[in-house]
Amino acid sequence: MLDGRGTLKRRAGARLWLSGIWLGVMALLALFAPLVSPHDPLTQDLFAGRLPPFWVEGADPAYLLGTDSLGRDVLSRIIHGARIAFSVALVAGIATALVGSLLGLLAGYMRGWVDVVISRLVDIWMAFPPVLFAILLIAVLGTGLTSIIIAIVVIDWTRFCRVVRAEAMNQSAMDYVSSAVVAGRPRMDILWREILPNVLPTIVALLTLEMGIAVIVEAILSFVNLSISSDAPTWGGMIAEGRTSIYQAWWVLAFPLGVLFLTVLSFSQFGEGLKDRFDPVLR
Amino acid sequence: MKLLRAILLRLATMSVTLIGAAVVVFFVIRIVPGNPIAMMLPPGASEDDIARLTAHYGLDKSIFEQFVIWLGGVFQGDFGTSISLRQPVMPLVLGRLPATMELAIFALVIAVVIGGAMALTGVRYRATRTETAIDVANGVGLSIPDFLWALILIVLFGVLMPVFHISGRISPSLDLPFVTQFYVFESIARLRFDLWWDLLKHMFMPALALAIPLAAIISQLLKQSLKETMHLDYVTLSRTKGYGENHVIVSEALPNAVLPTLTLIGVQFTFLIGGTVIIERLFSYEGLGNMAIDAVINRDLPLIQGIVIVFALLFTVINLIVDMTYALLNPRLRHA
Amino acid sequence: MSAFLTVDNLSASIRGNIRQRVLRSVSFSIDTGEVLGLVGESGAGKSMIGKAILGILPSAVEVVEGEIQLDGHNLMAMKQADRRRLIGATAALIPQDPLTALNPSRRIEPQITNRLVDILGWSKRDARLRALELLDEVHIDNPERVMGSYPHELSGGMRQRVLIASAFAANPKLVVADEPTTALDVTVQKQILRLIRELQTRHETAMVFVTHDLGVVSKVCQRLSVLYGGMVVESSDVPAFFGGPGHAYSRALLAATPKYTDPEASLLPVDEAVIAQVSGEVLAADEGWRHGA
Ligand SMILES: Nc1ncnc2c1ncn2[C@@H]1O[C@H](COP(=O)(O)OP(=O)(O)OP(=O)(O)O)[C@@H](O)[C@H]1O
Ligand SMILES: [Mg+2]
Repeated sequence: MLDGRGTLKRRAGARLWLSGIWLGVMALLALFAPLVSPHDPLTQDLFAGRLPPFWVEGADPAYLLGTDSLGRDVLSRIIHGARIAFSVALVAGIATALVGSLLGLLAGYMRGWVDVVISRLVDIWMAFPPVLFAILLIAVLGTGLTSIIIAIVVIDWTRFCRVVRAEAMNQSAMDYVSSAVVAGRPRMDILWREILPNVLPTIVALLTLEMGIAVIVEAILSFVNLSISSDAPTWGGMIAEGRTSIYQAWWVLAFPLGVLFLTVLSFSQFGEGLKDRFDPVLR
Repeated sequence: MKLLRAILLRLATMSVTLIGAAVVVFFVIRIVPGNPIAMMLPPGASEDDIARLTAHYGLDKSIFEQFVIWLGGVFQGDFGTSISLRQPVMPLVLGRLPATMELAIFALVIAVVIGGAMALTGVRYRATRTETAIDVANGVGLSIPDFLWALILIVLFGVLMPVFHISGRISPSLDLPFVTQFYVFESIARLRFDLWWDLLKHMFMPALALAIPLAAIISQLLKQSLKETMHLDYVTLSRTKGYGENHVIVSEALPNAVLPTLTLIGVQFTFLIGGTVIIERLFSYEGLGNMAIDAVINRDLPLIQGIVIVFALLFTVINLIVDMTYALLNPRLRHA
Repeated sequence: MSAFLTVDNLSASIRGNIRQRVLRSVSFSIDTGEVLGLVGESGAGKSMIGKAILGILPSAVEVVEGEIQLDGHNLMAMKQADRRRLIGATAALIPQDPLTALNPSRRIEPQITNRLVDILGWSKRDARLRALELLDEVHIDNPERVMGSYPHELSGGMRQRVLIASAFAANPKLVVADEPTTALDVTVQKQILRLIRELQTRHETAMVFVTHDLGVVSKVCQRLSVLYGGMVVESSDVPAFFGGPGHAYSRALLAATPKYTDPEASLLPVDEAVIAQVSGEVLAADEGWRHGA
């Protein structure tokens, strides 16, 4: 028991650090993309098409991770892709959290018809295949960063709503809420000042998860060619392109795929790590 | 009596959900920019032609009128006519649904086998390196969605070690004797195991991609509830009766630990079916999801509606089945 | 003739921390047909001894020293599978909590007969007849119906009867009863105790009877060991013990025992000086134990 808990804690710590470092590095690369990327991500050089990464024979050391079929530098495109991925993650993640948590809090705390309406809405939303819904929304909204963010919020608010509603219901049943009611505090005041702070850790854990999901949704939409302009350096777009030339130039697919994998993994592990670290303190 | 009321209530909420889904889809796709009729006609078609076809598909009426007409048709099993494929939607959708169901069921089987085996192994060798390894695998499996697993599988087993097919449902060179769209089941029924094997080889990669996250979820939850069950007195008691650890886990702990996992599998199975949309696209698998993406790209409104409604119906029915199975399997509920 | 069960110098520790002992060099022995009471306050390690014998210690606890001899076999030297089979064939447990000791998803019949069929190779029919006979022996009115029931359909007292029947099903030569009546209400307690005693005498079973109730010991046991902090403080014959126990802690325990005539008087706490003395003895034993280990 003691021993088991000891090793568990160590593992949680390592995973928080590792994922945190990866996300930090990617965020910095995204922030300073124009400064750190060795080439312009859009410049085509048809004479330098499909150059392999540096350790493979026939490589040009100027293109560390090789070039795609149009001769664009893979590394630079990954770095600039991080910009788009992280912008989407941040904005869509937070917006989804706001909308979903707000509805969840209202449903779980007010109960009654508010709860009925919101819960029914969640049910209806859960009856759609999310990817299909996302594609449909992009078809409606048109391509572009804003459309992607709106689509993610519209699809994924239920994830927050369901969890936060349950949590708000739990908290509402606790004694501190009853005593606040007895003290005559206004209803909404209790919701914001008493219940919300106790639901916040759950929301934060979900938020990091949602950021990873946002990155994936962006990649899926780029993959189906519905994201931003097909020229812009997005990870999903690179993957889609790499998929078509996979037998001739595996690196065009493999590197963005690897980066996407590690980023999504890090977002979820970071959230889990945070939860492990703060849970015992809060509960 | 109580049971009957519960069932009726369930059916009522189910229909509310379905009608709600129909309304949302119907109105969302009417805002889609781009005229589907113009898209299907060759460039240079006259204004007149476009107007005539628009009227033919009823798209000249007001949205509410269109909705009433469409809903009336739906209740009679008529989902309208696909604009891009120029065929009735219903047979199109039903023709593709079996392919998707076979893929989803195969994925579910893989997930249950892998997840179950990992959970049992983890409990059998609890508090050892084996369990730690399984925990790590679960963590990774859970964090990475099916889309990424699919791409990783394509790189690993399609390109680096090309052992599995990564495109299509069945080898195009084969002669198909099938009369239904349930190829896998029908190939077994016809004892055509050559076809069956070809189908499985095509399905394995997409099914595995769909299965990995679910396998991780099953493994994690089942292992946790097994471990909780392993501490219970009746499990300990059965150890004193002379049974080996494997028997104790499988026949004493498992039947009681499996129930929460089962409910979870139900919900997760609907997520898995949702995942087939993009996975079918990745593997060029001719299922409903692949057709759905084409329908969106072609602005084929009746087809999109039909597909979404079928998915929604599928999801709600699966949830209903899960709830009923849960009630049947739990002896405490059964006798209450 | 050597005893049927011998526990010799047995120590068990928290896994990975050998100096943190839950059992401290425990020794005792039991002959066939004899009942040994293990008494002590909560956490003294009574259940641990029973679990160590039956090989069901929690995973966080391991035996670090000592021998257990059962019917001429050295348990500690056996392979786990062989040991389980031997225990299954010769020993049985009557658990503390009948509410959790029956598998909720199985009917009663297989829970009584599975050991007979799977481990001892009886035919299903014989096992069923034996189960009916045993349910009759534990005074269950409608054995047929009970055999087909699920645990949640039975009362606590009935479940404990079923568990007792199940324990005695294979004619065990050793029964470990771990506070078999604490989870039951008082009127049922007496019946169950009488029942255990009855079956034990009839089957000439050796028995380890765990309890914190000295009143029960005086009715059921021939000998007893008093435990404190996982250490045997005193071992003695029951009549001699009630005549005047040797150790100060035993005397304090006896003074604190509920009298049926005057239940209020039973709530006397054990004197602090006595606790200090016996704690000192435990620490002294730890000092001397495994120097240099
Ligand atoms: N799973 C476990 N892991 C670690 N230590 C344990 C575990 N179970 C019990 N212990 C420790 O072992 C010691 C003896 O416990 P045991 O269960 O034998 O007490 P007991 O005498 O049976 O008490 P009670 O009358 O409450 O049943 C206790 O100090 C307890 O803290
Ligand atoms: Mg105990």
